[in-house]
Amino acid sequence: MSEERKKRETPLLDELESGPWPSFVKEIKKSDTAMADDLLGVLERSYEEKIGHWKHGGLVGVMGYGGGVIGRYSDVPQEFPAVAEFHTMRINQPAGWFYTSKALRTITDIWERHGSGLTNMHGSTGDIVLLGCKTQELEPVFAELTAAGFDLGGSGSDMRTPSCCVGQARCEWACYDTMGACYDFTQTYQDELHRPAFPYKYKLKFSGCPNDCVASVARSDMSFIGVWRDDIKVDAEQVKAYAAGGKLDIQKDVCDRCPTGCMRWDGATLAIDNANCVKCMHCINAMPKALAPGDDRGAAILIGAKAPIVGGALLASVFVPFIKMEPPYEDIKELLSRIWDLWAEHGKNRERVGEFIQRVGLGNFLEQIGLDPVPEMITAPRANPYIFYQDTVEEEA
Amino acid sequence: MSVSVDQVAEAMFQLVTETHGKKSLKAMDLTKAMIEKFGAAECDKELCKHAIRQLMDSGRCIYSYLGGSYITLPPDKA
Repeated sequence: MSEERKKRETPLLDELESGPWPSFVKEIKKSDTAMADDLLGVLERSYEEKIGHWKHGGLVGVMGYGGGVIGRYSDVPQEFPAVAEFHTMRINQPAGWFYTSKALRTITDIWERHGSGLTNMHGSTGDIVLLGCKTQELEPVFAELTAAGFDLGGSGSDMRTPSCCVGQARCEWACYDTMGACYDFTQTYQDELHRPAFPYKYKLKFSGCPNDCVASVARSDMSFIGVWRDDIKVDAEQVKAYAAGGKLDIQKDVCDRCPTGCMRWDGATLAIDNANCVKCMHCINAMPKALAPGDDRGAAILIGAKAPIVGGALLASVFVPFIKMEPPYEDIKELLSRIWDLWAEHGKNRERVGEFIQRVGLGNFLEQIGLDPVPEMITAPRANPYIFYQDTVEEEA
Repeated sequence: MSVSVDQVAEAMFQLVTETHGKKSLKAMDLTKAMIEKFGAAECDKELCKHAIRQLMDSGRCIYSYLGGSYITLPPDKA
């Protein structure tokens, strides 16, 4: 995009180019455009004045969609005209972030023709983030991206772009097909993704095992974490090899670090009390050749995590301790539908589902969506008394 | 249901027009209003979802983001 260039002095930002670590300033300067010049200029000014100069939101978008474009305007457009409009576009990433080099060239070529050329690969939700576009270029970008097989992701009060770890494509610990589940839910809920109808955002993340490589336990309203419900698989010969190798002290590095103390090592045999295993993955990570998740695999569903934007941060808590993750995921979709119906109807504006549950109480929430409480929902006895069992229930028990 | 998507879309559009500049409406606000207007037996959330999609795809309404996603009139029609 050709525009009059004005070289900006950026002494404060220039300091961020020093040192051995990556520098976003250095990367922005490489793009060598008027938009990049003014972007650095307005940021330098923010550093000097210690205030932001962006206005956010408004009416921008593409025809038919309510998500995927985040309006951004400079509040000093006369001084930085190239970034007077600097909208962000979120593009639905491929499941597991697998690209061909041709796909990457296609995206970046489109963005250099119509936008700033600057990208963020990837945003915290997982989308391809295209940074900086004028309003008049939004529809042309959208048209070219969709022609190339891409679509916008979510923004605003909608289901945000689901994301997943690489799952069974590359990882032997994956307890279900994360990429398949992520793709299925993305396709099923296109309306919820593109047409905001919720009190606030709703994120779905799919992790293949409790290592949780997409941080679903911290960053998603509904988290699907792969687990197994049978025993950890033990290769006794490989356990001995670890012991003989001398690099790993099985007692100190594995058993003593088990959060429930469910492992015993007598110098020759590793015994696991699987009933008390909480699937933390520590032992499997420490001895990957000797230990592996069991064969009866599925996922635990957790609910309610969020980053600290409006209120404080929340970690997700267990909602369904184990479910088989098999297409077409009908039980999960039924559960999701009941959650969305309740939250959409009674949630306050900008209230995440985790905050909604805190406000109404987990017991009431469960009753409304028709899910029975289970002991796994309690992190520790008497620590989070969400559930109050009635006397009759206690007597029966 | 005897109420059509077109009828619900039209009623939603009228509501958005009447409240424009006075009250911001979310999709759920419109849905609740339509269920109240036509009755739960004649109008449900799914029908309202289709009506909102029709309003968006036709360009009669657009989404705005002002601390939440709202349904409003396009700037040139307001």
